[in-house]
Amino acid sequence: MNGKSGVSDFFSRLYYENIGRIGESSTPIINSFRKEAIEKFNLLGVPTKKMESYKYTNLETFFRHDYQSYFIPEASHFRKAEEFRCDVTELDAHGIVLMNGFYPTINGKLRELPGGIIIGSLNAAARKYPDLIEKHYGKYARSDSDGLIHLNTAMVPDGVFIFVPRGSVPGKPVQVVNLVDSEQDTFDQHRKLIIVEENAECSLIICDHTMSPQRFLTNAVLEIHVAENSSFDLIRVQNEHNNACKVTHTFIHQERNSRVTSGIITLHGGLVRNNTYHRLNGEGADCNSYGLSLADKWQHIDNYVSVDHASPNCTSNQLFKGVFDDVSTGAFNGRIHVAPDAQGTVAYQKNNSILLTDQARMDTKPQLEIYADDVKCSHGATVGQLDNDALFYMQSRGIDKRQALLMLMFGFAHEVTRNLKVDALRERIDGLIMQRLRGELSQCASCMVKCV
Amino acid sequence: MLSIKNLEAGINGKMILKGINLEIKAGEIHAIMGPNGSGKSTLAAVLAGRDFIEISGGTVTYMGNDLLQMAPEDRSKEGIFLGFQYPVEIPGVSMVNFIKTAVNEHRKHRGLAPLSASDFLKLMQEKKELVEIDSKLANRSVNEGFSGGEKKKNEIFQMAMLEPKLAILDETDSGLDIDALRIVANGVNRLRKPDNASIVITHYQRLLDYIIPDVVHVLYDGRIVKTAGKELALELEEKGYDWIKQELYNHN
Repeated sequence: MNGKSGVSDFFSRLYYENIGRIGESSTPIINSFRKEAIEKFNLLGVPTKKMESYKYTNLETFFRHDYQSYFIPEASHFRKAEEFRCDVTELDAHGIVLMNGFYPTINGKLRELPGGIIIGSLNAAARKYPDLIEKHYGKYARSDSDGLIHLNTAMVPDGVFIFVPRGSVPGKPVQVVNLVDSEQDTFDQHRKLIIVEENAECSLIICDHTMSPQRFLTNAVLEIHVAENSSFDLIRVQNEHNNACKVTHTFIHQERNSRVTSGIITLHGGLVRNNTYHRLNGEGADCNSYGLSLADKWQHIDNYVSVDHASPNCTSNQLFKGVFDDVSTGAFNGRIHVAPDAQGTVAYQKNNSILLTDQARMDTKPQLEIYADDVKCSHGATVGQLDNDALFYMQSRGIDKRQALLMLMFGFAHEVTRNLKVDALRERIDGLIMQRLRGELSQCASCMVKCV
Repeated sequence: MLSIKNLEAGINGKMILKGINLEIKAGEIHAIMGPNGSGKSTLAAVLAGRDFIEISGGTVTYMGNDLLQMAPEDRSKEGIFLGFQYPVEIPGVSMVNFIKTAVNEHRKHRGLAPLSASDFLKLMQEKKELVEIDSKLANRSVNEGFSGGEKKKNEIFQMAMLEPKLAILDETDSGLDIDALRIVANGVNRLRKPDNASIVITHYQRLLDYIIPDVVHVLYDGRIVKTAGKELALELEEKGYDWIKQELYNHN
């Protein structure tokens, strides 16, 4: 097993010691996946750098550590979640706040919103709508190589469920705030299942925050099914402290003529690895996958993107950018897979990074596997410094060097953020990026961790 | 206004300007002509403060100050404007944000409050008309996807917004069709005032049909080898630069 880390046993043990309690509080459908999943995890383990797709990211730095885990929440854990208010006050959204992966309110765990939209706890949904869960849960998050996906399926206690029925167009987005808070170093697993039925629309915002300065390790899996003629828009804002590690696995499954936008904005975090898997499963599906990483100090941000063109005449576009300061490091691995009968595919990929110091480092790797012949595909990657000619041009108009540098970096980042569709949030993110680039703390005001 | 004395400068140890002397007074338009590689653009870059040019001798005095000691942004705020031969594309920085920041930096330098949003838009509207620039360009990123003509018009637009005392136009005519040339020249002429001055760097005489210079200099091999009135430009157009080289050769 060349890809399995020695730290895997710690997590296997965690499973066998706690599976009884986890199973009791969960539901038969979700429990039915656990045994097979832990067996797969035992086989695959925590990925190591020997695995091609994890070549540039050493998970051991965060995984080799004694963590506490919560499997059964107590009411006291939720106080901060109940009190939490997103400080983007202009943002009008249906909000869910999770604490260490749990849906906080003991009662009313499922809400039905106008238009028949259902949001709430995954366990509660599994009890009330077993058919829906059975049809979709565990169907998209599949992997023959990444053990962490299976570790999540094996042990996740609860999660978030979002359902948008056929033809429903909610006027506002759903916002999920993931809080982690503990007095001990903690390992958490998050899970989400989002089902968007035919001719419907869904906009989802996910915000990742840390609420206490302890070391956190979070392993999150999202499964999203976007049915025919529907549109789904995801914005993920990662703003955790530098002693936190976050690994996300997002699976977006698209049917015929559906449209998807996914944007991951990583402002802070010690080690961040985002895996985004797009599957274009029906003809005419379109997906845009964006990412922006701003890193400094010893942070490491790695984005792995896979776009699977499984049907003809689909279009995809990947745009990932990063600014790396101090001794921070980054990685990008963009995969495009075009199936033999996926004729008429149009697939683009772009990765641009700016290194602000000699010690900052970026590894970028495109991976194109094309088995059809009528295909338009392009990829490009650049790693460089800020453009000196542009800098001088701005100075020659009276803009001082510091301000010009900021404007250039902001402009570089804005190429990604201008694609974000929720106006209030985009403005807020632009503001955070400006603060972040100025070297000011860009934690949301509501964050209790004043990390440096 | 500007006094250049024995200026020597080079790039990567290669000497390009070999002792330039030039005096420019308020109200004057000077044309600097010369064959390719004679040092015209290097002279413009030295005046604007490009840092990769090594200055090995001489002085440049602008409005009584040592210009060579000033940062590029300070030169701009003190009234020097360089119209670039190859305007730079800046993806992600909008034209409006760019020029607004520049205008307000200039105002701050003069002790003025930033322009209100409506005053700024009014000013921009007025100056855009001067150079017949498409309104849509203002909403795009600086120079990104602009045609050659649009880029040059954009230079004159920025010049109009910043109202410099000394404008240095580096080959502003290169790559322009006759209509764009007329618009650019017209913009320059309308911005002309008794208390400001211009240096027009050009390879061809064509631009000087529209912008009438007071003085024409010929730069050759890093030196100003000939200075005369506007008729010199016509003579150069007719005879090319060879006769000057010949004259120099005979002289030596």
